[in-house]
Amino acid sequence: MNSNKVIQVKGLTKMFGDFTAVNAITFAVEKGEIFGFLGANGAGKTTAMKMLIGISNPTSGSAHVAGFDVFTQAEDIKKNIGYMSQKFALYDDLTVKENITFFGGIYGLSKLKIKEKTKEMIDDLGLEDVANQLVGALPLGWKQKISFSVALLHEPKIVFLDEPTGGVDPITRRQFWEMIYRAAHQGTTIFVTTHYMDEAEYCDRVSIMVSGKIEALDTPKKLKEQFQVTSMNDVFLKLARG
Amino acid sequence: MGISINHISKSYKHVKALQDISFDVKPNELFGLIGPDGAGKTTLFRILTTLLIANEGNATIAGYDVIHDFKEIRKHVGYMPGKFSLYQDLTIEENLKFFATIFGTTIDENYDLIKDIYVQIEPFKNRRAGKLSGGMKQKLALCCALIHKPKVLFLDEPTTGVDPVSRKEFWDMLKRLQQKNITILVSTPYMDEAALCDRIALIQDGEILQIDTPETIVKQYPKTIYNVNASNMYQLIMSLKAYPHQYSVYPFGEFVHYTDTRDGFNPDELKQYLQAQNLSNITIEKTQATIEDSFMEFAK
Repeated sequence: MNSNKVIQVKGLTKMFGDFTAVNAITFAVEKGEIFGFLGANGAGKTTAMKMLIGISNPTSGSAHVAGFDVFTQAEDIKKNIGYMSQKFALYDDLTVKENITFFGGIYGLSKLKIKEKTKEMIDDLGLEDVANQLVGALPLGWKQKISFSVALLHEPKIVFLDEPTGGVDPITRRQFWEMIYRAAHQGTTIFVTTHYMDEAEYCDRVSIMVSGKIEALDTPKKLKEQFQVTSMNDVFLKLARG
Repeated sequence: MGISINHISKSYKHVKALQDISFDVKPNELFGLIGPDGAGKTTLFRILTTLLIANEGNATIAGYDVIHDFKEIRKHVGYMPGKFSLYQDLTIEENLKFFATIFGTTIDENYDLIKDIYVQIEPFKNRRAGKLSGGMKQKLALCCALIHKPKVLFLDEPTTGVDPVSRKEFWDMLKRLQQKNITILVSTPYMDEAALCDRIALIQDGEILQIDTPETIVKQYPKTIYNVNASNMYQLIMSLKAYPHQYSVYPFGEFVHYTDTRDGFNPDELKQYLQAQNLSNITIEKTQATIEDSFMEFAK
């Protein structure tokens, strides 16, 4: 297996009874790449991602994530990936520091390492004033930046971001993308699922799922050229409407 | 028969949710309230739909005062809240009948108004609302908000969490409703939806940043924006931010939007600087401002 391929998926399929939610998808993601995983509501994105993060068993096909097999090494996958979603990120009724300690513990970091990481994160994000405040009291943009950093605590090879920036103001959102670019620059692979097409424009490459299949996969630039449109939104509309 | 908002302010404990908000929505206008989560959009909607009382200021809806005439307003407005608020365990048809009945009307009486939208979900009319997809829920909620033929329609983030295809269909529906003499106030966190409105108000942290047509707002952007691209996005952003003459540096999809503090800015000079920073495949091209550029400039 090519060591630069952090995610390698071949013919991955998931059936629920007679219904094929994910239909033989094949793709690979390189180290340090920002990969956008798009699709309409119900196209099979979430089902596919659940298989990749080791919480749902595929029906057939193969997939390796961070070098581990999704069929036989799901627990190893969980230890080697980070996950962040807008729906669930941090505990609102714990302080910023407590959240870091809690998630550090879950990921099995030593007390010393947690201490180091906490300091690093607080300095990095300028959290000195809010480190002992409850996360629930912080603005959405801060929560997102903190939860992204928390997802990186254990220095995973890949971070899965599930619709990360919906609803945030445009400036905060760009600060967030700068953090993503930095992580990618440092070699972390970023896997973003979203149906917000403007998030797709930030990705190195983008795949678009329609009814369980990957119908397009390329850089945003090439996809726009291929479909002769000026935005990813229009690419999506052309694909989804057939 | 539009909306008139005069110096509305509202605070919750320590948070100033709305500060001195004033604007008018003309009859039959499609007016967009554009801003991120926490900007105060929902608070304003709740005040205008008589569900919340402002600390200061007043507002009229279709000529009725939100305090004194609240009962009249409730008969004449349709409100689609951001959170899906229909009965999950009633079917599509039962929900619609329910709303028609409490407004003292029937589905038949105003069927014309909802027909275009309802036919799309009618095949599933015996399905419970809780079992519908996001796009279908949204269409049902719109039908329920329209069934009593309101004069003014309030739509609070109707397209949040909905995929691009359903979003497009939804905006097409709004355009058609506008033709039927309904004034529409719609809120959205998506800047790209601003262009679909007649006029927009940009709102952040409880304050209005700007009100105008989307075309005018974009045209008034004070600087020339350049699309800058290079082979390493992170290094490009860091180098541009370190450039002494930068005015703003914002990642924008596959490009960075760059503006310069100087009037006589020469792109070649910037290119040389970036090359000296070991960046390759550099392109610098003029581009048009978007609503998002304008929003960030106002919020700066």
